[in-house]
Amino acid sequence: MTDMQKLYLLVPLAPLFGAIMAGLFGKTIGRAGSHIVTILGVAVAFAASVVIFQDVQAGNTFNGTLYTWMQAGGLTFEVGFQIDALTVMMMLVVTFVSLMVHIYTIGYMSEDPGYQRFFSYISLFTFSMLMLVMSNNFLQLFFGWEAVGLVSYLLIGFWYERPTAIYANLKAFLVNRVGDFGFLLGIGLIAAYTGSLNYAEVFAKANELAGMNMDVTGWPLLTAICICLFIGAMGKSAQVPLHVWLPDSMEGPTPISALIHAATMVTAGIFMVARMSPLFELSDTALSFVLVIGATTALFMGFLGIIQNDIKRVVAYSTLSQLGYMTVALGVSAYSAAVFHLMTHAFFKALLFLGAGSVIIGMHHDQDMRNMGGLWKYMPITWFTSLLGSLALIGFPFFAGFYSKDSIIEAVHASTLAGSGYALFCVMLGVFVTAFYSFRMYFLVFHGKERFGHDHGHHEHHGDHDDEEPATDHHHGLAPGQKPHESPLVVTLPLILLAIPSVLIGFFTIEPMLFGDWFKGVIFFSEHHEGMKELAENFHGPVAMALHGIQSLPFWLAMGGVATAWFFYMIKPEIPAAIQRTFKPLYTLLDNKYYFDRFNEIVFAGGARLLGKILWKGGDQGLIDGLMINGSARLVGWVSRISALFQTGHLYQYAFTMIIGVFVLLTFWLNRA
Amino acid sequence: MNFVVPDFYPAAAEIFVAVMALVIMLSTTFARSIARSLGYFLCQFTLIAAAFITIGTMHGEVSYTFSNMFISDLMGDFLKVMIYFSMAIALLYGRSYLADRNINKPEYYLLAILMTLGMMVMVTSNHMLTMYIGLEMMSLALYALVAFDRDSARSTEAGMKYFVLGALASGLLLYGMSMVYGATGTLEFSGVAQSVYNQAANKPVLLFGLVFLIAGICFKLGVVPFHMWVPDVYQGASTAVTLILATAPKLAAFAMAVRLLIWGLFDIAEQWQTMLMLVAVASIILGNLAAISQPNIKRMLAYSGISHMGFMLLGLLSGVVEGDRHFALNAYSSAMFYAVAYVIMSLASFGMIILLSRAGFEAERIDDFKGLNKRSPWFAAVMMFVMFSMAGVPFFIGFFAKLSVLQAVVAAGYFWIAAVAVVMSVIGAFYYLRVVKVMYFDEPVDTAPIHAPAELRVLLSANGIAIAALGLAPQALMSICAYALLASL
Repeated sequence: MTDMQKLYLLVPLAPLFGAIMAGLFGKTIGRAGSHIVTILGVAVAFAASVVIFQDVQAGNTFNGTLYTWMQAGGLTFEVGFQIDALTVMMMLVVTFVSLMVHIYTIGYMSEDPGYQRFFSYISLFTFSMLMLVMSNNFLQLFFGWEAVGLVSYLLIGFWYERPTAIYANLKAFLVNRVGDFGFLLGIGLIAAYTGSLNYAEVFAKANELAGMNMDVTGWPLLTAICICLFIGAMGKSAQVPLHVWLPDSMEGPTPISALIHAATMVTAGIFMVARMSPLFELSDTALSFVLVIGATTALFMGFLGIIQNDIKRVVAYSTLSQLGYMTVALGVSAYSAAVFHLMTHAFFKALLFLGAGSVIIGMHHDQDMRNMGGLWKYMPITWFTSLLGSLALIGFPFFAGFYSKDSIIEAVHASTLAGSGYALFCVMLGVFVTAFYSFRMYFLVFHGKERFGHDHGHHEHHGDHDDEEPATDHHHGLAPGQKPHESPLVVTLPLILLAIPSVLIGFFTIEPMLFGDWFKGVIFFSEHHEGMKELAENFHGPVAMALHGIQSLPFWLAMGGVATAWFFYMIKPEIPAAIQRTFKPLYTLLDNKYYFDRFNEIVFAGGARLLGKILWKGGDQGLIDGLMINGSARLVGWVSRISALFQTGHLYQYAFTMIIGVFVLLTFWLNRA
Repeated sequence: MNFVVPDFYPAAAEIFVAVMALVIMLSTTFARSIARSLGYFLCQFTLIAAAFITIGTMHGEVSYTFSNMFISDLMGDFLKVMIYFSMAIALLYGRSYLADRNINKPEYYLLAILMTLGMMVMVTSNHMLTMYIGLEMMSLALYALVAFDRDSARSTEAGMKYFVLGALASGLLLYGMSMVYGATGTLEFSGVAQSVYNQAANKPVLLFGLVFLIAGICFKLGVVPFHMWVPDVYQGASTAVTLILATAPKLAAFAMAVRLLIWGLFDIAEQWQTMLMLVAVASIILGNLAAISQPNIKRMLAYSGISHMGFMLLGLLSGVVEGDRHFALNAYSSAMFYAVAYVIMSLASFGMIILLSRAGFEAERIDDFKGLNKRSPWFAAVMMFVMFSMAGVPFFIGFFAKLSVLQAVVAAGYFWIAAVAVVMSVIGAFYYLRVVKVMYFDEPVDTAPIHAPAELRVLLSANGIAIAALGLAPQALMSICAYALLASL
């Protein structure tokens, strides 16, 4: 093993070590010991990632097996790494955001009794995510995929005394099972038709697969594989209709909302599809499917963000919408744009979430935006960094989000794939919606009248989104007359550190990532998907792009959104209420999240319970227990008693039986002879 | 006419046992005062010495003597040693039982040794007449033994039933032998085989005789529909005799089946296999089902024995598939392993009944085993080993016995038979496990301490341990069976 290979191994193992230490020996090493060991683990992983990044920049990539687990039936199960531009970018994002979240957690969770457990989980998550992105084979990918799912489940239900948290983590788990089922089918198809789980070997056979049809159904094989894999991505990256778990996952503590449910885990699906670009490129059907799902998510989840009152839920729906943008980019073969948006989004969305968390701390764990307002005075750092994050999110020129989102919109514009017209409409309108809900939140929280400190006994307890702490020692919300205050340095430092890339990273990396040869040999697109090439021809540097952006439609849509938000919530606060009354049915539809939850509860959960009940009552109790178990026992007992009756004790009957036996055997012989 | 002095060497053990039978008869007649102990010890001495002689004269080759009426081969030697061994243990287990009931007369031991001699002759016969003589010698001694407790009505009734039905079975067997003689012109097994092989035999007559041979064999094995005597006789005879009846004679009957069917009639294997198939499946089904409703443990074990013999036959009937004799060795050695395993388990099961019984108390109801764990945890464990092993729970010897015959059946392609056998074993597990359940979970009815001589306790413990140990390492016994058969065929 070379030194570099040891370094690769160090990246996932350092957080794993931290997780084990904090998890198993948390009591012994104490609270400070726990956060020191886990933060050190993640910091080491980040530092190693930086070194690897420089190594990859120098042109040293790696693809190889470190350990062969077993060989069975011609398949080899291995642990291996593929280190290239895509991997190292993901490694940097994951370790950096994770490091920020680790630091932030010291402040956010300071009073929580599950402090060590929390650190153990988030380090374990970091390990899992790194295993996922560094994998060079489907087995390890699936391991990481499931492991991040598990940690996500554990963290959503972190406050396990709360029924809503348990409901949310169960929901996340079940919905992800649906996606994972598709994912596993996809991997199974790949293994069945290529006999390999190694990326490189599978990609080498991609053209061969494209020409094949499935054995029984006759479906085009590659399309089936890609759609199955994408169903997995839909679960993990919360695309319609498997998105329902993500808003509920806000039941978890805010740091993990930032780390897992905004910046990293939910992008695993996007990453996976980008990684599989050699396969997806060969199936236009699958790409159209991806495109339409992504576009739908981008627009319709954005709408839901408009009517939320819980600060975290606004950010959650915003995440859904932005994941939709990334998926759209995948659909139009702009994989590099998707990954680029993934990266910029990771920074500004983590920033927004942590900012929201800081607000929540300041508000003493009240999350209702209707009780906030005018916080900029009391929480200047939070205010300013949140403003930067919001600007990045709406795609204000020169900010990170601008470059990535504009590239996606341009790529959709250039695409000729079926469904691209619909997608263009969705992403354009989505820009307005994004700007509107982002600044609605910004104005409601940081500006306007100070609505906190009142006796807010009148505000309804929604149950599923208004408490954040384990309902023990805190009162929640601010007491009358109490003022919010700025959060401590461990909270604000990550905000500042995240704000820097949120502003700058797009400007500096768009050229190499989208139009340079950074992703050369990693991401593929076929000749007839030329969106990115067209973009490259029109690209004349980041400054020119930003200046051009100001004259383009998306910019004005965004400005329109901001202006509308300003008008509605700063100038005439009575308008939203009036609209709400006028368009009552529409509001109800949005308030019920398009009835996805109700539908799932009645049709899938109810149906499954009904089926279970039928099988239980009819199948298990009736057929198996009643007829087969007890019935066969009764039958055996009956036959047993009958057969005992033959044993009369009379000698002549015994002799008779023997003679009958001889006759039976003779008949046998007569028939055969 | 020349009289050639036969080679006595291969028959040394038989001659020794015959002489010792006379010695026992004379010495116990004249030394009346110590006759009981003398009979017992001479009997044990005979069995042990015979074992040494058999092992000492054992050699790898097959040899014939007494004008080819006598065969000496490894299979015979191995079965004989197993017979001595099981007889010796059975006599040891039964000794205190007989003494408690005041029926330990010296004639008991004389009959036992004559019976042993009969079995030895059966095992080593190469001729239908010697086979028949051995069979009758064994049977007559057994009839007398079953009725030995002559003051007991049940015992004499059982002896009577056994005698009448046994006579009928002997008649059937003899009739079959005469048919075979008519068809082939010889009674010597190798001659019969030769004649069948050359197609010289009159086939309809041969097959007609075969049916009667099968009937005779099945009676001795006690399989359906020639099983009716088994429950009554097992229950009626005193437990010490049942113990003898349920063990060594099964080995002799196995030998009889092998000699008659495989040595003599291998070339019409597919004919007798189909007959055995019917018999075996019927035995497995009936034995297991009928055992369930038996409150008497001796009767239950009788039905269980019927199903075990059915299982053993599964091995014998899987040897030849559509003319392919490839599986024969495996199948027959699995049957032999099954027979030996059954004898070992059977010894322990009846030994346990003897252990719990005392003067005036037979301990032959399943209820008498209630709460045994509280009275004696160790012997409850021994009984549990026996029951688990009989039920075929891994990893006891009974499991591997069942496994190997089922492997033979499956290799022969009779999947439906294997399926029936497995399902019936599951049903059969019920009544074995019921005994375990009453021992461990019910309150004891009989709280008297267990009185038994030390040698019974020690040997029974060793028997229980052997069931478990042979289950953990069954390979040695299996390869002995396979080797003995391979060297004899």
